[in-house]
Amino acid sequence: MIEIKSLYKSFEDKEVLKDINSIFENGKTNLIIGQSGSGKTVLMKCIVGLFRPTSGQILYDGRDLVCMNKSEWKLLRREMGMIFQSAALFDSMTVLENVMFPLDMFSNDSYSARVKRAQFCLDRVNLLDAQNKFPDEISGGMQKRVAIARAIALNPKYLFCDEPNSGLDPKTSLVIDELIHDITVDFNMTTIVNTHDMNSVMGIGDNILYIQEGIKEWQGNKDQIMNSTNEHLNSFIFASDLFRKVKEANK
Amino acid sequence: MLFIKSLSTFGKYLLLMQRTFSRPERMRMFFKQYIKEMYQLGVNSIGIVLLISFFIGAVICIQLKLNIESAWMPKFVTGFTTREIMLLEFSSSIMCLILAGKVGSNIASEIGTMRITQQIDALEIMGVNSANYLILPKITGMITMMPFLVCFSIFSGILGAYATSVIGHIITIDDLTLGLQHDFNDWYVWMGVIKSIFFSFIITSVSAFYGYTVEGGSVEVGKASTESVVSSSVLILFSDVLLTHLLS
Repeated sequence: MIEIKSLYKSFEDKEVLKDINSIFENGKTNLIIGQSGSGKTVLMKCIVGLFRPTSGQILYDGRDLVCMNKSEWKLLRREMGMIFQSAALFDSMTVLENVMFPLDMFSNDSYSARVKRAQFCLDRVNLLDAQNKFPDEISGGMQKRVAIARAIALNPKYLFCDEPNSGLDPKTSLVIDELIHDITVDFNMTTIVNTHDMNSVMGIGDNILYIQEGIKEWQGNKDQIMNSTNEHLNSFIFASDLFRKVKEANK
Repeated sequence: MLFIKSLSTFGKYLLLMQRTFSRPERMRMFFKQYIKEMYQLGVNSIGIVLLISFFIGAVICIQLKLNIESAWMPKFVTGFTTREIMLLEFSSSIMCLILAGKVGSNIASEIGTMRITQQIDALEIMGVNSANYLILPKITGMITMMPFLVCFSIFSGILGAYATSVIGHIITIDDLTLGLQHDFNDWYVWMGVIKSIFFSFIITSVSAFYGYTVEGGSVEVGKASTESVVSSSVLILFSDVLLTHLLS
């Protein structure tokens, strides 16, 4: 479980995050949604430790990220997996080498055990056939699946996904969403997904945090979101004609 | 303002070097990268080093023969001066300036691209010291290979001088050989090697710094690549003066 308490983040004079409080439970797909520039990427970067918050607490199962020393921080990082918007695969390595990288770096297993584990992860995302290809030889959707395989290679407790559907067609987006959701349930991970894709929200949103201009506006799940009375949230969700029609049909 | 900015950049460079020169997480991964960088930065530069040194050696020999020939001048002077130029300046300093262009821009653009495509962020999230993993093998790999490149350059330059004698008949082989062997001081070879080690550190660390600190997109990567070549060239020239004074 990840708990955020009174989180503030400023860049010089500009306050980007203001008093964010939230709980992200394990075994659930937690989504952070909001318009572009609302501060969701900054929030995600604060949670994973790429940005240091101005004030507040980020508790990983009770361990405060902000107060950790270097060795505690290092250990925590090994419990994290992250999928970046651009997949961020190492382009000089093959698909298998990419997935093996965290194992090569931190696992004491033999080479054959590491290969076996990497192949298991690739099989989990249905990409075993592409193991000898380089990232630029596979499609964007496949790259995202390799990134998922790499993220789960070390059996992380916490999985972070920064706009995993960015640049993908709706059908591939659905595959990625389902994969993230299934992996979260199977491995009982705490997953946080940063997105503004409403299909993902309605598909896998077990817990949804909506932020606007750095302020937490609303929190709930995919069943509650359609009936929300929050004006800002409604203007975000029903910006799409399709979702307006779905709401009217539900009435 | 410019002074403060320069001081701030130098401070950032030192902090990056502090992160770079720490114990690698996995020695096996470090050695794998180290071997790869020796090949990419060193072995892949042998061709250009041999080619440029050969022609420069030949040109120095021709120019000296044609411009300082005099009845008062001993015939071995051409070979002697060619050797001294190759040993003292060309094969260490000038060759490193050329390599600053080839290797430096390669390092800056490679690391810069990794930065803007979030590959460095991915390493950090995994708990890998990205500076140590990416930069240390480049610095150590280049430092290992540079003395070999200097020796290849000296050898190729002298071969170029012989080519002017054999093919162009500019100078007789005996006069050239006499000049090349005259009053040989082996310290000059060591001097070139020592200088080149310092220069290879400058090339790799400065280029890596510019690449690692890129912010933005492909335009910024291009700018960082250019800035890394300019900065490392200027630093090589400054340190050349200092090192020549100290080692002579």
